[in-house]
Amino acid sequence: MSKTLFEKIWDSHIVTEENGRSLLYVDRHLVHEVTSPQAFDGLRLNGRKVRRTDLTFATMDHNVPTSDRSLPIIDQTSSTQIKALEKNCKEFGITLFDINSPNQGIVHVIGPELGITLPGTTIVCGDSHTSTHGAFGSLAFGIGTSDVEHVLATQCIMMEKPKTFEINIKGKRKNPHAVTAKDIILSIIKKIGTAGGTGTVIEYRGDTISELTMEQRMTICNMSIEAGARAGLIAPDEKTFQYLRGKKYAPENYDDYVNLWRENLKTDSGAQFDKSFTFSAENIAPQVSWGTNPAMTTDVTDIVPFPEEYGKGNPEEEKGATKALQYMGLKPGTAITDIVIDRVFIGSCTNSRLEDLTEAAKVVKGKKVSAKVRAMVVPGSQLVKKNAEALGLDNIFKDAGFEWRESGCSMCLGMNPDILAAGERCASTSNRNFEGRQGTGGRTHLVSPVMAAAAAIHGHFVDVRELDLN
Amino acid sequence: MQPFKKIKSIATPLDKVNVDTDQIVPKQFLKLIQRTGFGQYLFYDWRFEKGGIPKKDFVLNDPAYQNSRILLARDNFGCGSSREHAVWALDDYGFRVVISTSFADIFYNNCFKNGILPIRVPDDVLEKLFSIKSEIEVDLETQLIKADGISVSFPIEPHWKKILLEGLDDIAMTLLHEDQIVKYERTHKI
Repeated sequence: MSKTLFEKIWDSHIVTEENGRSLLYVDRHLVHEVTSPQAFDGLRLNGRKVRRTDLTFATMDHNVPTSDRSLPIIDQTSSTQIKALEKNCKEFGITLFDINSPNQGIVHVIGPELGITLPGTTIVCGDSHTSTHGAFGSLAFGIGTSDVEHVLATQCIMMEKPKTFEINIKGKRKNPHAVTAKDIILSIIKKIGTAGGTGTVIEYRGDTISELTMEQRMTICNMSIEAGARAGLIAPDEKTFQYLRGKKYAPENYDDYVNLWRENLKTDSGAQFDKSFTFSAENIAPQVSWGTNPAMTTDVTDIVPFPEEYGKGNPEEEKGATKALQYMGLKPGTAITDIVIDRVFIGSCTNSRLEDLTEAAKVVKGKKVSAKVRAMVVPGSQLVKKNAEALGLDNIFKDAGFEWRESGCSMCLGMNPDILAAGERCASTSNRNFEGRQGTGGRTHLVSPVMAAAAAIHGHFVDVRELDLN
Repeated sequence: MQPFKKIKSIATPLDKVNVDTDQIVPKQFLKLIQRTGFGQYLFYDWRFEKGGIPKKDFVLNDPAYQNSRILLARDNFGCGSSREHAVWALDDYGFRVVISTSFADIFYNNCFKNGILPIRVPDDVLEKLFSIKSEIEVDLETQLIKADGISVSFPIEPHWKKILLEGLDDIAMTLLHEDQIVKYERTHKI
């Protein structure tokens, strides 16, 4: 019988089935400091061990400071959480990339760069952006802390089988340096809504996806959760196999695995999806979010919408848009390019990889950050930082007036000192523009790295298609 | 986990779509390393002015709903971050039931793991519940919501019904499959 890629991975991980639910085996479990302490406490309370320490990897990313790492952590509660992870990993025998490790970084950045993420595997983490790893053809999803404890104790997860959702992305972008993977995924979320993928695993397919690099594919899969999906998947291809070759935790007999992956990890022709959506990327513009959820997004050439138009007759959506504009301090009808910003954040598991920084640096090179803007770059991992520095990107950013910081989640969610003050407006390459996400009262506009870089220079949004990015 | 049988209480109407877990518990409160004590942070930025003064116009601060155990929500409740702290906060505040037209997947799962019953109802039922000011009864055994002369049944997966009714430890339930896990591990590589 013809199967989708998702069904193949799902079926090959079923340990047993019961009452319409499956006990799935978990190949890799990624752990971080914020959603794990209560899980380890639960294990201790019940006298349980970590079943597969060899399949469990931890790092600290959410609340680590991105300033000088040789200094003590000032925030006592952050420090307590970081120390708790150190203690738990030691006690239970788990590999930890700690704050001083050359492999520390955002959990979804280090998984792929260390080859922990592999095609055809199941990956879970107590973080909703675990969907990122789906770019490698792995079934990867976020779980709550109770499930973190469940996986630590059993290496399995009990789940109802999600539905399948095919998103076909077609067409060649005219200027792929200006119209990026971020713009593709924001455009899709704008169309299908923040609950468009609820209960499903999305498989992104089509010629546009094939053309994307691995890092761009990660940006797409990363934001699957912003469409409500459990996971996002892309079938692995030669780019995938090449990317993972020689990585620290990639298997030794790598070519044997590649042969298996190449043969098996694709959706069979004739396989049926529960849901389907086709999207043309050919004529899309750079995107800027104007509201308080990622579907509240529009073209850079457009205006801030009128709530009644946005609601399209749905009173709840109209009310939501009115509240969002009030929170964002925006007037309907304002040109997006007239929105003046105070801060720029280039970072997060969505857009903090080497390619993101390289592309942003092209915009920044030889220019100066607007006098009214404070801008920062937070590389996704220590390895990204090192590689970027080897290319001299740090100097390009610093010369322009950007802060060049240590790796972590940083201002994507503001659990460390990197936050917005109330009323501050930020062009951010992160994934969520929820109220208060980057700091209580802070206003977030989601954009691509090149759009954020250009906004830093000009002090307001600009259409990067007008810049020379080649 | 505390078993769930039946809850009777007035329902708190939270009239907003797409309520994300960042609103349910803002990130500044995620640094605690225990599961308890999150109720005071529930909907913090909507509930309190700077300095912790309650905002009069927020529904949780309305004296009419002070002992409510049922939260009425709207579409896509609990979207965004996987933080289980959101559910711990609802639980610690006193809510045992959340009724909405739809929930985000991870939040929905997290509820059951903490003895909270999330109920999906059609639009018209939710509208009716929003209009009722008297107490609402939710009976898990019979899967019925009863209020102001109406009686509506609700669906729930048998697995979750059993776990909630009996207050079961799902890790212990999975460990009953130890033989199958070992067998799987013997043949599964990578």
